[in-house]
Amino acid sequence: MPTTYLEAIREGLWEEMERDPDVFLIGEDIGVYGGAFKVTAGFIEHFGARRVVDTPISESGIVGAAIGAGLMGLRPVAEMQFADFISCGFDQIVNFAAKCRYRWNAAVPMVVRAPSGGGIHGGPFHSQNPEMWFVKTPGLKVICPATAYDAKGLIKSAVRDNDPVIFFEHKALYRRIKEDLPAEEFTVPIGKARVARQGRDLSIITYGAMVWVALEAAETLAAEGIEVEVIDLRTLLPLDRDTVCESVKKTAKVLLLHEDTRTAGMAGELAITITETVFEHLDAPIVRVTAPDTPVPFSPPLEEAFLPNAAKVIEKARWLHRY
Amino acid sequence: MPAYPAPDLVRLYRALRLIRRSEEEIARIYPTDKIKSPVHLSIGQEAVSVGVCDALRADDFVSPTYRCHAAYLAKGGDLKAMFAELYGKASGCARGRGGSMHMIGLDHNIIGASAVVGTTVPVALGYALALKREGKGRVVALFLGDGATEEGVFYESLNFASLHRLPALFVCENNFYAIHAPLAKRWATARLCERVATFGIPAHMIPQSDVLEIRSKAAECLEAIRAGAGPAFLECHTYRWREHVGPGEDYDFGYRNRDELRPWQDKDAVSTLGASLDPGERARVDAAVEAEIAAAIEAAEQAEWPDTRELHNYVYAD
Ligand SMILES: Cc1ncc(C[n+]2csc(CCOP(=O)(O)OP(=O)(O)O)c2C)c(N)n1
Ligand SMILES: [Mg+2]
Repeated sequence: MPTTYLEAIREGLWEEMERDPDVFLIGEDIGVYGGAFKVTAGFIEHFGARRVVDTPISESGIVGAAIGAGLMGLRPVAEMQFADFISCGFDQIVNFAAKCRYRWNAAVPMVVRAPSGGGIHGGPFHSQNPEMWFVKTPGLKVICPATAYDAKGLIKSAVRDNDPVIFFEHKALYRRIKEDLPAEEFTVPIGKARVARQGRDLSIITYGAMVWVALEAAETLAAEGIEVEVIDLRTLLPLDRDTVCESVKKTAKVLLLHEDTRTAGMAGELAITITETVFEHLDAPIVRVTAPDTPVPFSPPLEEAFLPNAAKVIEKARWLHRY
Repeated sequence: MPAYPAPDLVRLYRALRLIRRSEEEIARIYPTDKIKSPVHLSIGQEAVSVGVCDALRADDFVSPTYRCHAAYLAKGGDLKAMFAELYGKASGCARGRGGSMHMIGLDHNIIGASAVVGTTVPVALGYALALKREGKGRVVALFLGDGATEEGVFYESLNFASLHRLPALFVCENNFYAIHAPLAKRWATARLCERVATFGIPAHMIPQSDVLEIRSKAAECLEAIRAGAGPAFLECHTYRWREHVGPGEDYDFGYRNRDELRPWQDKDAVSTLGASLDPGERARVDAAVEAEIAAAIEAAEQAEWPDTRELHNYVYAD
């Protein structure tokens, strides 16, 4: 039976809670209702209200309590109903949690789960990709899984990690992506990218839901004789620079892709990393396909124009290939 | 309670009926997927918006929550612009960029609504600050849900409003739930008005959602606010009949049951006020409301989509 992306996160959390009694969940409506997207449905019945803590609508309070409990040695997993509302807990995350290690060598083994991304007609505050707010913040780890396997393996690693982790779950993948998962236990290491497709002609470097867009584009391009390599970053911070640079050495042409907006998006960091490290291997300018520098509009045709898709990637990739 | 002459009752009924029927029509259209915006309906809660907004002057402001159709329409917001917004069309009140949770109607002093719970509360107080400076006795009625009182910014706002004696009427629509979580799981005590009163803000609880009572209490508060007394707070108990988001009902979701709904339906403002009117008058209002809604839906369906070249407009002033 294939497991969905959502089910994979759920399984990962469940296994970690079974394994370690210090792991607990905290968030809005996560108990009986099972959270905004039902990721934690059934948890309160099994683990009890001591380990599945329903809260008021108080994101700053939720994150703060998770930090404090983490400092006491527990392993909290906080849920934001939508990644967009993480802004209400921003101070707690970027000022307090991110800087405990540096100030006091203190461990904040907290995970903040944040359902992000567009394509669901959610409008400007239910569609954002706010990962770069946190990638800019030393002391945090930032994860954006694309597959069910990685979602499960990475949430498990995040729970076990001794530093604060922001875990972005792409809403459009929750029920759309599924695969057969190993029966035996596994984890996926934080900070390691993955080659999602091998190719020799050009590299598409991406993460999250855009991995699927890249793979779709790669299919079409393969039929035209362009062999695309797709790198799925999986973790944005810390960034797996080695895997990125290895791919560039192999293909010599790079297309950077993200659903997040353009300016100061992940593409900028990747481009400079590549330039600093493997510049002499490049045969063409680095190009990017991203959302434009605008909020996410609700209106369906505008949102479609906003979001990167396979057609936009293919067009850029053809240009790059010809270069 | 003051007796209202017939025209006021008809006006109140018209507003109640317009909101109820507009939202029922949204629910009817919804399964066709022509409205792709998530919708949070106020069906059952109309009396709060109508009672408060009827007591406002046209030049006062209202700040709705993200569940904003009722306050938007009660303050006189354009129905065509609302439907077009729900459809995501260029003629929408936010040019289709926001959808259901982001209605705005500046020509009727309707402050833009926003989807993040609690965010609009301090923003509305900024309007109040400006209105105080202006000194024309104008007021902001700012709506919030019971859930919004759990955000820290709510308490920052109470303190600030009271400290600066801002011309703001807080209207808490307490429908006992935030999504599926009941008050008992979210509030350490239910004594909201007492909490608010400690900030030096007069706070009144209106338990039965009686539109006339809401209207007269709001009017009384507004008079004091205009006279410079500073903010006031109304906690209006009410009940959301439909699911938290979407067109349907949710009594089989396991968090509440229909027994809770019945007493609220029995005292439903739309039907009780309607029944008190002359039947001929009521029929005329109903027919006018139906025609207005049908025209708004028709206009939304015919309206143009925004041009995709517009995507980049309005990120900044040009
Ligand atoms: C800051 C923030 N947290 C969480 C949410 C998700 N959310 C949307 S509506 C809602 C419940 C709000 O309850 P209440 O204020 O009582 O309003 P009601 O829905 O009952 O009208 C929540 C938690 C949000 N929109 N914003
Ligand atoms: Mg509520």
